[in-house]
Amino acid sequence: MTLVAGQETGYDVARIREDFPVLARRMADDKALVYLDSANTSHKPQQVVDAIADHYLLHNANVARAMHQLGAEASEAFETGRDKVAAFIGAPSRDEVVFTKNASEALNLVARVLGDATGEHAVGAGDEIVITEMEHHSNIVPWQQLRDRNGATLRWFGVTDEGRLDLSNLDELVNERTKVVSVTWVSNMLGTINPLAPIIERAHAVGALVVVDGSQAVPQIPVDVSTLGADFVAFTGHKMVGPTGIGVLWGRYDLLAQLPPFLGGGEMIETVTMDRSTFAAPPSRFEAGTPPIAQAVGLGAAADYLTAVGMENVAAHEQAITAYALKGLQTVEGLRVVGPSEAVERGGAISFTVDGVHPHDVSQVLDSLGIAVRAGHHCAKPAHLRFGVQSTTRASFYLYTTEAEIDALVDGIERTRRFFKV
Amino acid sequence: MDLEALYQEIILDHYKSPHGAGLREPFEAEVHHVNPTCGDEITLRVHLDGDTVADVSYDALGCSISQASASVLSDLVLGKPVEQALATQAEFQRLMQGRGTVEPDEETLEDGIAFAGVAKFPARVKCALLPWMAWKDATAQAAETKENA
Repeated sequence: MTLVAGQETGYDVARIREDFPVLARRMADDKALVYLDSANTSHKPQQVVDAIADHYLLHNANVARAMHQLGAEASEAFETGRDKVAAFIGAPSRDEVVFTKNASEALNLVARVLGDATGEHAVGAGDEIVITEMEHHSNIVPWQQLRDRNGATLRWFGVTDEGRLDLSNLDELVNERTKVVSVTWVSNMLGTINPLAPIIERAHAVGALVVVDGSQAVPQIPVDVSTLGADFVAFTGHKMVGPTGIGVLWGRYDLLAQLPPFLGGGEMIETVTMDRSTFAAPPSRFEAGTPPIAQAVGLGAAADYLTAVGMENVAAHEQAITAYALKGLQTVEGLRVVGPSEAVERGGAISFTVDGVHPHDVSQVLDSLGIAVRAGHHCAKPAHLRFGVQSTTRASFYLYTTEAEIDALVDGIERTRRFFKV
Repeated sequence: MDLEALYQEIILDHYKSPHGAGLREPFEAEVHHVNPTCGDEITLRVHLDGDTVADVSYDALGCSISQASASVLSDLVLGKPVEQALATQAEFQRLMQGRGTVEPDEETLEDGIAFAGVAKFPARVKCALLPWMAWKDATAQAAETKENA
């Protein structure tokens, strides 16, 4: 039995791994799978897959529209998924949970409706949008598009050499012209956990809204949106042991209620004539068309799973395994961690370079050993540019990652260096 | 998984000492090609002297496969008639897109046959093709520039 986070919490990685059948797979040449790509997508436990299968096999129907018994069961299952997600993130109301297809769509939704809005939150010419240099492309491009549509100005926080947000110009950057600040909670490339409190405080002091990209945070740290202070939080199901095809936008209800719709279509309306339409209240207003029904069921099961393990335990394990990995990786000659080098305010994604070996070649050799990592720009090209690298290799961990897997990674990188004779 | 088939010694040699690297003048066309999924990029210039490929110069950022491929490209097309060089390009592309079933023609491809193993790794085919597609594009542009001159 492997106890990583300590006897007292009863956190048992070996027991958790039994819930994830894929982790027992053998890869080419009978190599054991070492999956270190959970920041890309996490694996799914049996419980989540069973919930989805059970829904499709026994309760399948469209939601809200079907008046028959199966329709009622499907609607109930879908809305229960919403309840579970709301509880998981501490949302004061279930109606603050909007289902989207992924986190990218959730961020696009906010950027689009703020641009279409009228009144105090509208973003238009002369207004400023503030993001950061460490964002995933999905928290950069929608804001560039909004700027290009509406003539607003896009500004951003820089990043320090250690991979932390440079908040030294916070008061200048976030000013009376700022309408929205959109920032990642945990960087998918650097691993940095950003200090949201001072940013939120400053933004609200000047009347700006705060959007938090929680894609990497919600899976690995306990989240309570009721005390966080942000106005919107976007995240995705597939990185938190849930299915692909579903993301979440949490938003303060009073704000959602003021904002115009995103996509038009079925179920987002109040009434439609050939001339005009009026729109439903949130969250339906933002959920046009048949929603991701089975995915909502699966995401609810994922929230149940993580709650049963305990998010405090997940976070403690992430912290412990990240510290162990940072220590191990830094023994490799010529290896440079891009991002915080200590496991302080840091999530479980470690990007690095190896002198003399390109990241794609590192990942190729590791793959031949059954070790799955990601190589490339990780959809964060500006963050790579900031550190003068075109790409990195990234190892990322989750609740099922073991110290033995980290040892295999470090050994694999040493073998890679020998293979390329560096 | 046959790593040695992918990373043949010839490929690693070209990677460590690439032939023809750097950007030079004169040139009639310059292109910049990118693999958006991995971020590999190449800036490549072509200089034609009549119907001959007089120079191919490049600045490439990328993995060993794409870097070695640019080096082999330089060896294979430099000083060759454009038509013959284009035929070599077509042969290399056929090899790379053949999923490992194409028997490479050593007479045409020389060191390029070392990339036969890459064709078995679908994720890496685009790495090997990046310089070749850039060269094809630049050569077409250079030929057009000459015609219009």
